[in-house]
Amino acid sequence: MAEVYLNSKFIGTVDNATHFIEEIKDFRRKGALSEEVNVYYNELSNEVYLNADGGRARRPLIIVREGKPLLTEKHLKQLEENEITWIDLIRQGVIEYLDAAEEENTLIAFNEEDLTPEYTHLEITKGSICGMATSLVPFGNYMPSQRLIIGSKNQKQALGFYASNYHLRMDMDSNILHYPHFPVVKTKIHDISDYDQHPSGQNMVVAVMCYDGYNMEDGVILGKASVERGLARSTYFRPVDAQELRYSGGLIDEISIPDKDVKGYRSEQDYRFLEEDGIIHPEAKVNEGDVIIGRTSPPRFLSSMDEYNLSAATRRESSVNLKHGESGVADFVVISENEEGNKLVQVRLREERTPEIGDKFTSRHGQKGVTGILVPPQDLPFSENGIVPDLIFTPHGVSSRMTVSHLIELIGGKVGALAGRFVDGTLFEGETEEALRKELLTLGFKEDGTEAFYDGRTGKKMLAKIYVGNMYYLRLRHMVANKMQSRARGPIQLLTRQPTEGKAKEGGLRLGEMEKDTFIAHGASLLLKERFDSDRTIVPICEQSGMMGFYDAQKNGKSVSPIHGDNSEMSNIEMSYAFKLLLDEIRTLGIYTQLNLKSKY
Amino acid sequence: MKAEYVTFVDSYADKLPPSVLTEVKESIPSDLTKSELTKIMEAVVLSYNTAKINPGECVGLVSAESIGEPGTQMTLNTFHFAGVAEMNVTTGLPRIIEIFDARKDIKTPMMEIFLKEPHHTNIDKVKELATKIKETKLSELVSEYSLNIFDQLLKIKLSKELLENYDLSTKEIVKNFKTKTKGFEISFTDYEIVFTQKSTKPEEIKELYNLKEKIKDIKVRGVKNIKQVLPVKRGEEYIVLTSGTNLKEILVLPEVDPSRTFSNDIHEINEVFGIEAARQAIINEVYRVIEAQGLNIDIRHIMLVSDIMCATGTIKGITRYGVVKEKASVLARASFETPIKHLINAALEGEVDKLTSVVENVMINQPVPLGTGLPGLITKMK
Repeated sequence: MAEVYLNSKFIGTVDNATHFIEEIKDFRRKGALSEEVNVYYNELSNEVYLNADGGRARRPLIIVREGKPLLTEKHLKQLEENEITWIDLIRQGVIEYLDAAEEENTLIAFNEEDLTPEYTHLEITKGSICGMATSLVPFGNYMPSQRLIIGSKNQKQALGFYASNYHLRMDMDSNILHYPHFPVVKTKIHDISDYDQHPSGQNMVVAVMCYDGYNMEDGVILGKASVERGLARSTYFRPVDAQELRYSGGLIDEISIPDKDVKGYRSEQDYRFLEEDGIIHPEAKVNEGDVIIGRTSPPRFLSSMDEYNLSAATRRESSVNLKHGESGVADFVVISENEEGNKLVQVRLREERTPEIGDKFTSRHGQKGVTGILVPPQDLPFSENGIVPDLIFTPHGVSSRMTVSHLIELIGGKVGALAGRFVDGTLFEGETEEALRKELLTLGFKEDGTEAFYDGRTGKKMLAKIYVGNMYYLRLRHMVANKMQSRARGPIQLLTRQPTEGKAKEGGLRLGEMEKDTFIAHGASLLLKERFDSDRTIVPICEQSGMMGFYDAQKNGKSVSPIHGDNSEMSNIEMSYAFKLLLDEIRTLGIYTQLNLKSKY
Repeated sequence: MKAEYVTFVDSYADKLPPSVLTEVKESIPSDLTKSELTKIMEAVVLSYNTAKINPGECVGLVSAESIGEPGTQMTLNTFHFAGVAEMNVTTGLPRIIEIFDARKDIKTPMMEIFLKEPHHTNIDKVKELATKIKETKLSELVSEYSLNIFDQLLKIKLSKELLENYDLSTKEIVKNFKTKTKGFEISFTDYEIVFTQKSTKPEEIKELYNLKEKIKDIKVRGVKNIKQVLPVKRGEEYIVLTSGTNLKEILVLPEVDPSRTFSNDIHEINEVFGIEAARQAIINEVYRVIEAQGLNIDIRHIMLVSDIMCATGTIKGITRYGVVKEKASVLARASFETPIKHLINAALEGEVDKLTSVVENVMINQPVPLGTGLPGLITKMK
């Protein structure tokens, strides 16, 4: 007698659990029950679980009966001729979806040859242990799993051709790769997922070697000529938007070129790109600080006096301008409404990004690297055929990471490029390394993929044979142009007078608590004081009361004590503004903070 | 050692501290020539001078960084002894934090009991001692409780097997109860104990139930808190590792060597041996963890921390209730944890901050009185 639970709720008991389960499964396969029902029998607790609710991860498997898969050649033929589809196979009870619980009661074969009468299911493909993105890594069964995961993650950051209507879309922060390629070394998933419609990388000639150390510690070297001809070039799109917000009292923002009497008016120079409607004209080249959408807002506070004021209270300028370090070309303008029915203006800026030092590249095997140098073609090493690599990859990246697949793809790419065909690198089912090597030999190259190379600078033949071939390389979205920043002097925060934080605000890099400790540990206390001088202030202190004084304009700016007035000795004391602020704040609590002065000498 | 040599060594009194001189006197071999001794003394002076620290050197911060940085590399937070499930030892960062915080309840208290001369190589004797000190509670021996409400009595059946294993008799066990079971009469047979209520008021059934719960915790043998014992071989001799500590009662046992036996509970060591022992115990415990992790930290860093913790005569942890509370500067205390509390208290007491230490000077952006910020002018400027 087994207890039966439907969606984790007790509904009754059955006498013969095994028979009951067989019946449920049978009904499901026949179509009498929904194919979404799964059943699981826990022998230990003698409980049957029927699950039909949402949120269970399920996967399809071929049903096996008496050691024979139900999926036959006949089905395959019908599928090929489009007579039946996937859903028909499920309806016929050839394929079924199992959830994690029901899998516990099954024995699933990996290969068809392994089948014995004990098995209940057969994998559709061996590659089903990997998901969509991971299956896009060629020869994924020749690398450690951690690297495979990194490789699949990297592909998600690659620049590509993500949507063919990109020029009509207002995507945040999007990139388009110029001249994207379909990979020479592909997998079946590339075909299934129509990868040729949205490719995201380029086939490059890759040499595995060192070049003056410019590719050490995961660097890559790019050929300058290749880059100038358009290799890995991309366009970056940055959206800028502005809305006409409504305020209480029927006041509203206005998108237009601000009048000169508006509070906070910049200069005519800053508004030079705006058309009459206050929006930038397309193809305008803008730099940091330039106004893109002109806008004015109603005054912030309406005092009672303003109602009698004839001149309508001056409006505030609230234009949208380009932040520090940004630039581009106005590409596309959209004028529409937001959810509340207010005017919404969106401008898309376009910026061409040529690969430069510091841009990130990766193969599909978790072998990412940052460009170390762009080498002019005459200095690059070349092969006997005059082949010059587009990218030079460091050999030290392979030994510890064990990404053999990277090396196989290099050979595969070489074979594919020379033979004029695509090479299959599907997980567990790809072409073998041996076959690829043999084919390379028949194509007139050395079997191991190496070639004699000549140093472009000296013309001398290199002692080592260089492993060279074709690989699909991806340009990742992390570009120095978006990240580079420096500051010597710059904006400060209003409250604390300390430097601002963050790239957009031209901020500084914080010398934090632990960094401070290193200065102290070295005994460099005067240097430390100098480093923290950014918010230095001079405060007059009354020597009698210990209070902070002020400069009295009526007495020619002489500093006076708030308590003793003129009758006290005032000393100018240097301290950090943050500390002055702390003293002020403590004083607002009603605590009398006193500074007792003493001669330094 | 020749008297001539003694006077020679003593002539270095102006260059070396007395403790070093004594150490030299104790450790030099007797067949030493005068020139050799001169060389030795020169080497001692040299290494003593190189070990000296300059005035204004920030030893505390250097120690903090020297312990803190390797601390980030620590892995393996517990150590398990094979075969004994309950025996594991907290190591790694959690243990270091535990010691430096001077926690009263440490996660895995344990002792290493060394035995005296005749016993320490005899495994049977060691095992016998181990079973003798292990705390055994009555509940471990009972196979069945039966509460008879009608007759107002509680019957306990003891497991025969376990009794034989532990080499205990029911009679011995009953001896332990006497004081704890007032109001009950006890009778026993070989493997059964019966408690009968003396007064028979009906509402006192609850008492009987309470009694059952109470006697479960009665210690029938061993030393309190010693939850687990494990005799192990250490070099030539056998020692007993215990989980749970009770130095006071273990040290008085005749077989135990009180000069080597120790506990990893710093507070207990402080109580039993005093603050100097506790200081050494902190150093030993921290150093043991660091060594086990394969890290290399100079012992002087740990000694410094230990000194600070024990300087007041009681153990103070590196917490806002411990050594931080002792800081003279309000601003320094406020910058550590709970700033509002410190500021309010300082305001109530009208505290004065003399700005003599590091943090407060960084806050007001004045030179820190260390290193280049230390020297000042002695001559008065007019």
